[in-house]
Amino acid sequence: MQGPILVFAESSGTEFRKSAFEAVTEARRLADLSNTEVHALSIGHRIKDQASSLGKFGADRVSVADDESLKLFQPDFYRQIALDLAEKINPGVILLPATATGKDLAPRLAIHLNTAVATECTELEIRDSEFIATRPAFAGKVLLKIRIKGDPKMATLRPNVFTAKERVPSRSPLIESLSFEKPTTRMTVKEFVTHGAKKQDLTEAGVIVSGGRGMGGPENYKILEELASVMGGVVGASRASVDAGWRPHSDQVGQTGRTVSPTLYIACGISGAIQHRVGMINSRVIVAINKDPEAPIFGFADYGIVGDVFEVVPALTQEMKRYYGKN
Amino acid sequence: MRRVPDTATRIKIASDGRSIVTSDPEFVLNPYEEYALEQGVQLKEKHGGEVTVLTLGPEKSTSVILKALALGADRAIHLKTENFPDDPSAVARAIAAELKSVQFDVLLFGKKGVDDDNQQVGAMVAELLEVPCVTQIVKLEISDGKAIAHREVEGGAIVVETTLPSAFTAEKDLTVPRYASLRELVAARKKPILVKEPQPFPGMLEIVSVQYPPPRPPGRVLGKGVEAVPILVRVLHEEAKVI
Repeated sequence: MQGPILVFAESSGTEFRKSAFEAVTEARRLADLSNTEVHALSIGHRIKDQASSLGKFGADRVSVADDESLKLFQPDFYRQIALDLAEKINPGVILLPATATGKDLAPRLAIHLNTAVATECTELEIRDSEFIATRPAFAGKVLLKIRIKGDPKMATLRPNVFTAKERVPSRSPLIESLSFEKPTTRMTVKEFVTHGAKKQDLTEAGVIVSGGRGMGGPENYKILEELASVMGGVVGASRASVDAGWRPHSDQVGQTGRTVSPTLYIACGISGAIQHRVGMINSRVIVAINKDPEAPIFGFADYGIVGDVFEVVPALTQEMKRYYGKN
Repeated sequence: MRRVPDTATRIKIASDGRSIVTSDPEFVLNPYEEYALEQGVQLKEKHGGEVTVLTLGPEKSTSVILKALALGADRAIHLKTENFPDDPSAVARAIAAELKSVQFDVLLFGKKGVDDDNQQVGAMVAELLEVPCVTQIVKLEISDGKAIAHREVEGGAIVVETTLPSAFTAEKDLTVPRYASLRELVAARKKPILVKEPQPFPGMLEIVSVQYPPPRPPGRVLGKGVEAVPILVRVLHEEAKVI
């Protein structure tokens, strides 16, 4: 493997995403194994001041394209900037976070660079100087180990799987500004509309409190919102509750929804059907609360409480309030 | 669009350790392509025109083609191959090669196949054809040669305007697919299906091995009802160390 490792360090507004730090950390690890450099690419508006923070995670160089038109992801603009940089530095590997932006941008780059990309990887390795990516398929029912025949090797990294680690001592990366000339485009990015007050996305959340058919109706999710709020988490949902119209699809965890890997996943009134299971099985700790002791979820949850969610969840919220009050 | 194992089926690894047993599972039309097809049919009902579906896949894909024709597509192109590389870039190149000679205003894809979860083909085809592409959309409005698409992203949606022809990849919320009536299922058999071989392209993704994910160590039930709540908080803190 030759050439630097190019990492797309995605930002949201004027902050880098956590998944950007995760990707830079992993790039550093691979670069150390193959004696090469980590070259980060940052595209956005008013992000330049933050660029040096990528050094903490191991970036040797950071190229920054900063322009008002780059504030939100515009595929034609971002693609052009990344391709120009790739042509200049000739990377051996390109890593991107497997976010909405990363998963849109990666295949566009791959097709122009005449290579292939491994999507939503959960592990990368250099084995006998060969790049091998591990990625789930069939929503995680199996894991594929993949070799990429083209160059550069490309992979998107599933958020929350790789750990962002600050290095001691921190590096001071070389920071370079990229000039940006708008290519012709037939796409105009108008605006970003938020889904209400939700701050974190499911894929980036550390704690997810999820509700299923056992919640009985949309109004009952309030008790889950309260628990999530106390724990600094977000609320998720099973397919059954989304298909019933109780929750938006953006909350759905499972094969036709989000694949999540939080530190703690609390499943409330969720039976644990396979299509849900595959979306959350990589959570670090799974807690199940269900009144049916035979529910499949108890077969793979780390901790279970057999009981009525309408009694157990509010009691858990109170107990967590006490816990966080003390700690 | 493509034929994929139903999401409720279990997946078995073949004895070579590098592929999946494809004889057992129940196969269906990929759900994301159902949302895309429904969007296409709704656009036809509103603006007129014709819906063509294209699939690259084996003989057995005929079942999903017939389903799509029953659900409102007017014609189909089947790039029939029993042995095409398992690589989105090769698939995208073959589809783009076919579409170079096809006129279209709107090109719809599912955001991904629920089999390989690669989520690449739509954007790759659009890049090869040099048409704008908005991925994972939850809303699409077309008027006066322009499209307004809402693209689902972390924490919200990004609104993008494009000029036609344009490509889009469908997220789950885009549409609610209809059901085909028996009459439509029968009529589907009379609709034209153009069958031809795809142009060959090399695959650049090679599967070294397929494994089952490591099993989770067995968990335990802490107790019944609210009495178990303090125990849960204690084990999450002391044992699991996640709070």
